[in-house]
Amino acid sequence: MIHFVVHEDGDSVGTVVVEGVKGGDKLTGWVMEQDKTLTLPTISAVPIGHKIALKDLKKDDTVIKYGVDIGRVVAPIKAGEHLHVHNVKTKRW
Amino acid sequence: MISKKSQFLGYRRENGRVGVRNHVIVLPVDDISNAACEAVANNIKGTLALPHPYGRLQFGADLELHFRTLIGTGANPNVAAVVVIGIEEQWTKKIADGIAATGKPVKTFSIELHGDHDTIMQASKAARELVQWASEKQREPCPVSDLWVSTKCGESDTTSGCGANPTVGNAFDKLYGLGTTLCFGETSELTGGEHLVAERCRTPKVREEFMAMFDKYQAMIDRHKTSDLSDSQPTKGNIAGGLTTIEEKALGNIQKIGKLCKVDGVLDKAEAPSGPGLWFMDSSSAAAEMVTLCAASGYALHFFPTGQGNVVGNPIVPVIKLCANPRTVRTMGEHIDVDTSGLLQREMNMDQAGDKLLDMMVRTANGRLTAAEALGHREFVLTRLYESA
Repeated sequence: MIHFVVHEDGDSVGTVVVEGVKGGDKLTGWVMEQDKTLTLPTISAVPIGHKIALKDLKKDDTVIKYGVDIGRVVAPIKAGEHLHVHNVKTKRW
Repeated sequence: MISKKSQFLGYRRENGRVGVRNHVIVLPVDDISNAACEAVANNIKGTLALPHPYGRLQFGADLELHFRTLIGTGANPNVAAVVVIGIEEQWTKKIADGIAATGKPVKTFSIELHGDHDTIMQASKAARELVQWASEKQREPCPVSDLWVSTKCGESDTTSGCGANPTVGNAFDKLYGLGTTLCFGETSELTGGEHLVAERCRTPKVREEFMAMFDKYQAMIDRHKTSDLSDSQPTKGNIAGGLTTIEEKALGNIQKIGKLCKVDGVLDKAEAPSGPGLWFMDSSSAAAEMVTLCAASGYALHFFPTGQGNVVGNPIVPVIKLCANPRTVRTMGEHIDVDTSGLLQREMNMDQAGDKLLDMMVRTANGRLTAAEALGHREFVLTRLYESA
């Protein structure tokens, strides 16, 4: 079962594609471009469609998805934690 | 698998364009002619009124866009014939003449000097003749290169960027090689990825034109914004679905143009392309506005990938919905034409997903009603540039 997908190697986030992910789960991820799998333990619940951090991120770090910059970290995030509007903001507007 | 030999059954119009539907529409020039148009469409079964809220005291570029959109809608190859009704004669004639230049039958009525009742009677007589004439039109085999396909994503979430949007990209890459005419847009929604689109432009001139359109839209947003737009773009639905920033949304959005297509040219809102290839149209990211603009530009079919479940349709263009979010497919299945949720479970690969979409494209072109058509979604929404005088 694939629990989350990563667009490509080097991305700092994966996207959860199943419902019911809670903290303390062990997830299987699929890196789509390179077609390989990985495992990741969660430390918080992550709703379907939401992102999970693949590594620890500090305030002002850049979040990488699709191999490019998709925003700025505004609060520290741990690997396996839910990553969304409460800890990442746009750099554009 | 689609190839140069692939065909579909379409209606070849007087100007050589091919449509996949055979609508007879009753088109109001302005908001006060809506009532008469709706009465005619009620009298004559098989015709469709397209009421809308504008058309009075507009001026400048905003008025030109209004004319271009109405003329383009009537000229679309999915439309067999048109009845045009307006309050006064001159703008009504301008729109009717624009549509009639395609060679299709157009009947024109203006309400001043006649009143609603007389207008409705005369227009109903004309509509009856047109709908009976149109009902004898037959489909004929046409090459896939005669298809014009546009795309826009709506109520996207993160499954759009990883699943449904790259499926469109895969399909577009295949269609591009067959000489079809394609379109994408949503100017503000490229924010964060505009350099990637710029790189795909075929020539420096196209790149310049694209960046000028993009920058102009950004300047408009900067002039009017009161926040970082996190209430509107991304939308609350996008955010509930997991999209965090406009940059992330843009990267997901851009997946729709695949890996091989070049951007061959840019179009103003509702402007028709001058040849085959992939065209970028300056356009709103609001679903009904953008699909309306694509239809007015002459596109006959629309690929609409969704994440959270956008339900939009269009009166004259079949809007094909695809979705890779298993929860949306489960809870809103009546709206979805192509289920690609297997992609994110590694049950199908991108090529298979693209082929599944192209298969549905041909079936839809041949006459299969989309979910949006069957559900009666006929959103016809005009884009405005500024206030009326």
